[in-house]
Amino acid sequence: MSARTEPPAAHIEGYNFAYLDEQTKRMIRRAILKAVAIPGYQVPFASRDMPLPYGWGTGGIQVTAACIGPDDVLKVIDQGADDTTNAISIRHFFQRTTRVAVTEATDQATIIQTRHRTPEMPLREGQILVYQVPIPDPLRWLEPRETETRKMHALAEYGVMHVKLYEDIARLGQIATSYNYPVLVNGRYVMAPSPIPKLDNPKLDRNPALQLFGAGREKRIYAIPPYTEVRSLDFEDHPFEIQRWDEVCGLCGAAESYLDEVITDDRGGKLFCCSDTDYCVRRRAAGHFGPHGRDAPAPLRGPLPGSGG
Amino acid sequence: MSEALLEVEGLTKRYGHTIACCDIAFDLWPGEVLAVVGESGSGKTTLLNAISGHVAPDAGRVLYRTRHEGVVDVLQLSEPARRLLMRTDWGLVHQNPRDGLRLAVSAGANIGERLMAVGDRHYGRIRGTALDWLDKVEIDAERIDDRPQTFSGGMQQRLQIARNLVTRPRLVFMDEPTGGLDVSVQARLLDLLRQLVTELSLSVVIVTHDLAVARLLSHRMMVMQRGRVVELGLTDQVLDDPQHPYSQLLVASILQT
Repeated sequence: MSARTEPPAAHIEGYNFAYLDEQTKRMIRRAILKAVAIPGYQVPFASRDMPLPYGWGTGGIQVTAACIGPDDVLKVIDQGADDTTNAISIRHFFQRTTRVAVTEATDQATIIQTRHRTPEMPLREGQILVYQVPIPDPLRWLEPRETETRKMHALAEYGVMHVKLYEDIARLGQIATSYNYPVLVNGRYVMAPSPIPKLDNPKLDRNPALQLFGAGREKRIYAIPPYTEVRSLDFEDHPFEIQRWDEVCGLCGAAESYLDEVITDDRGGKLFCCSDTDYCVRRRAAGHFGPHGRDAPAPLRGPLPGSGG
Repeated sequence: MSEALLEVEGLTKRYGHTIACCDIAFDLWPGEVLAVVGESGSGKTTLLNAISGHVAPDAGRVLYRTRHEGVVDVLQLSEPARRLLMRTDWGLVHQNPRDGLRLAVSAGANIGERLMAVGDRHYGRIRGTALDWLDKVEIDAERIDDRPQTFSGGMQQRLQIARNLVTRPRLVFMDEPTGGLDVSVQARLLDLLRQLVTELSLSVVIVTHDLAVARLLSHRMMVMQRGRVVELGLTDQVLDDPQHPYSQLLVASILQT
């Protein structure tokens, strides 16, 4: 997959570098700086209309546009995959507006924009991970009033988050929240990690990379600076746990990675494979193969775009 | 004699030219139940909201004797301190249980919310306390995982009371807790309230327009008319020998059986 070459996208004339004008980028950078200074705090910013609909990653694109420079190497993933509609169109967007180099290799990218996943490969210092966020406020589901949720954040009144977890255990016997699992950042702000699976939550903790979160429609930016403590909320007698599956990746045999279930034909055939395509390709290149064997074709995949700030 | 738990001095609240409460003053003693009666629009609810910090009054002081820090003026407290006080040492029972309950989560979560808000992070313990309180307010333990929406009005009101009392507050404000309930349910709720008040030696300010509620529950009562206190005295005294013309009218308007 990573070996496939894409035709270089034509550069479009008449637009500023990275689409946004410089004043807008400065405004967004100020918001980002504040977000980094107060880990987990949602900083309001004047989100712009972007040439794609809300929910397709407008928040993430604006954050990326504000951070990217001519020497950056960009990787864009959607649900972990480099080759889905959303990822491809955002990558083309930046190729056309910045002419920066793009890559599918996690370790070669300096900026990774992502929707719904954190890459399997550990990140390093100097990398920026940009998340697309649909609903930035974890309290939103429990308290509809914005004035009240702001006050709750300001006073660190987070008991209500545990009401939600209590409700999960009471109804289902366990904490059933499996994605967008709320976390406490730096011991202060409760934060929605965007709809990543909770399997990815431990990767947020003390990550050497800078993690930025952009919500375009909701006009919020927040951040986890490098090496910041990120703790998933839980109960003493029901500690946080990540999901486990019986299946391994059909292509590369990985047991620890997050798997997609892909329908392969109309006779009920299906395949579990890593949602992180770069990780899967690397494992296959290193000689790891799953039950579908050495010759398994890479499946066509790609959830429809949507629901990703 | 111990000292007053709550002292209200010169409390005034205006809405433009309308005076909702004017120069209200009273003391509340530990374990005492004070009924505030009066017709609709006499400023009862505004008074309650002003004391409990939900509405900022224009003048006056609300002095509260805290457990550890002596007497504080509630209106001068910082917002975090006041909110903490509200959800630990105080309770507020709304007339409509839908205002006081979280309808989207189960009864157990409703009762446990205050515990979690003050930092309890042990599911088993929270659930145990919730079961305890369901029993105290006579709700079947099997309903712990049901949402309040499926409860009857009387059960919702009892659940709201349990939710408020779970942190063992010392002072509870009640705004017409029996309003909107039918008479037999009212009687049962009053019975339960009286029992809880004695058991936990709660101090209560109860707003009502129902003199029967006042007679059953309260030690003292305060009659309000057009934002002013017109009479304040022992409940039996006020009801049996009202002094002010308005109190006399109010007492005379009860159907005698």
